Amino acid sequence: MTHATWSKSAGLTVLEPLRDEPGPVLIALQALQEEFGYIPAEAIALVATFFNVSRADVHGVFTYYEDLRSTPPLANEIHICVAEACQAVGSRNLEQAVKTTYGEQVRDVFCFGNCALGPTVMVNGVLIGRATPAKIAAAIK
Amino acid sequence: MIATKVYVPGDSAAVSVGADEVALEIAKLAKAANIEIEIIRNGTRGALWLEPLVEVQIAEKRIGYGPVKVEDVEGLFEEHFLQGASHPLSINSVDELPWFAEQDRVTFKRVGLNDPLSMSEYEAHGGLNGLRRALKMSSDEIAAEILESGLRGRGGAGFPAGIKWKTVQDTQSDIKYLCCNADEGDSGTFADRILIEGDPFTLIEGMVIAAIAVGATKGIVYVRSEYPAAIAKLKAAIAIADEYGLLGKSVLGSHFEFTLKVRSGAGSYVCGEETAMLESIEGKRGVVRSKPPLPAISGLFGKPTVINNVLTFSSVPAIISEGASSYKSRGVGRSLGTQVFQLGGNVKRGGIVETGFGITLHDLVSGFGGGTLSGKPVKAVQIGGPLGAYFPTQSFDLSMDYESLLAAGGMLGHGGVVVFDTEVDLAIQAKFAMEFCAIESCGKCTPCRLGSTRGAETIQEIIDGRNVSANKKLLLDLCEVMTDGSLCAMGGLTPMPVKSAMINFPSDFEDRLAAKT
Repeated sequence: MTHATWSKSAGLTVLEPLRDEPGPVLIALQALQEEFGYIPAEAIALVATFFNVSRADVHGVFTYYEDLRSTPPLANEIHICVAEACQAVGSRNLEQAVKTTYGEQVRDVFCFGNCALGPTVMVNGVLIGRATPAKIAAAIK
Repeated sequence: MIATKVYVPGDSAAVSVGADEVALEIAKLAKAANIEIEIIRNGTRGALWLEPLVEVQIAEKRIGYGPVKVEDVEGLFEEHFLQGASHPLSINSVDELPWFAEQDRVTFKRVGLNDPLSMSEYEAHGGLNGLRRALKMSSDEIAAEILESGLRGRGGAGFPAGIKWKTVQDTQSDIKYLCCNADEGDSGTFADRILIEGDPFTLIEGMVIAAIAVGATKGIVYVRSEYPAAIAKLKAAIAIADEYGLLGKSVLGSHFEFTLKVRSGAGSYVCGEETAMLESIEGKRGVVRSKPPLPAISGLFGKPTVINNVLTFSSVPAIISEGASSYKSRGVGRSLGTQVFQLGGNVKRGGIVETGFGITLHDLVSGFGGGTLSGKPVKAVQIGGPLGAYFPTQSFDLSMDYESLLAAGGMLGHGGVVVFDTEVDLAIQAKFAMEFCAIESCGKCTPCRLGSTRGAETIQEIIDGRNVSANKKLLLDLCEVMTDGSLCAMGGLTPMPVKSAMINFPSDFEDRLAAKT
């Protein structure tokens, strides 16, 4: 997925349609991340000013949610389910193997709702059931 | 000649094991052979062990083949699967397969049968009957019918839906809200996702009926971000429902107004707790609120709010169209109606099993599930998600209903059943339960925030064989504090998997150093 390049004016374009939304901070941050791929530090201040809330409030929301990120996405994003149903079919071993191979590109997720076809991994937005190192390798860019 | 209908699920579970590629290959080979077919991307029918399950419509029957891999497609054509011919992957008539025939599908009646976004198919299969009947009833009558049916909250708490609705109905306010909790974070549960992807209009219809009953005009479905396909499908379904007049200023031409929106979660498990979800919808940190006030009195933006799970709302159309007495004729004791069980983990035939309450754990796991995928014996079954109890095979005669599970030290939760074979170490699972709580705790109350970390450390001590008996006592003490002192179910129920593991699998908590020497 390609993302737009961050600028204050581009950020304002994203926020404008949300002006009248009640409780807009989280959806604003989600919209910014969808547009730019991440939430630059400057955007926190912009959201605070735009919706007339404190920077601390916006920062608090930003840091609470696992999905929200302050750095641009990596070339490959590998999300591996580490919850119980996948543990039951060997996700702990798969997790070790995947982390050894792909290091920081791997993020833990608790459940994709694919619990009858685990272990489950998502590579760049594509869900892989009955995942193996070979299936993951084939999905890597 | 009418094109043969071929169904290839577009559900994300089916797609995760290659359904898209199979659909493309079927289209390609049909074109090459100059055969006219119509490929329908239905939802999954819930037999996930058969996915990708390709079905061919032959007269009144749907002949199934599964699990189909891309490389099987050529062979299927050679054996004339489009005429329903036999093949090693054939399961014949899907509806007659015992795995389906022995279920009692009410909430999941339509899931996976057709194109999930076809309103005409929806209506042709009984869709909107519930709403049409509800429009002829008073709001009191609708709430009374739901109360009479015995429907309880399917999210996990099991609170009678009718009482919740009545509370919101009786609370005066300029605006009332409906929030659907689709933050299905429990590992081992996937019914909400499959229903939204496979039959989203049922959820919408159920919410409209609830809105009419309580006088709500705005609704929000909070879907977890790990379910992008469900979010997309639901948004598309809402757009169609808006266009059709099922939603909007005048619901099916009546004087009722109801609008519906989708909100995406952002990767926080605790936002599945209803008050944390409200905070999240309000754009704040997903921190749990103290109760009272109940959300039914002061919920979203301080207004009366009905919060129900996807399965609760989705059971409503069938209850209203078929009547409360039909629904409550199923089930046992105070657990009435059907439960959508989800079989996952190390299980041979995993997927959606909807039956009346009261089926035994054995019939679920060994009967429908067929035992483990690995072929090794079952050692443990976790029921009700990461906060649910671990049961041994000695508990296989347990009746699956709210009361029996509670009495056995467990809970039904959202109906997830995760199977483990003999490879599992319950001390490791108990430690994971504490670690999960430490990661996902919202941090508001101390027993949950700190107790979980101390709990994980203590279990590690036990695993390492240090002061085992003293640490076990300490752990049970800690569990008591977390159970009694936590603000919500996150910290309050984390002790359930831990304690059940200790009680039901004592040998996994023995002194490992002593055992070695």
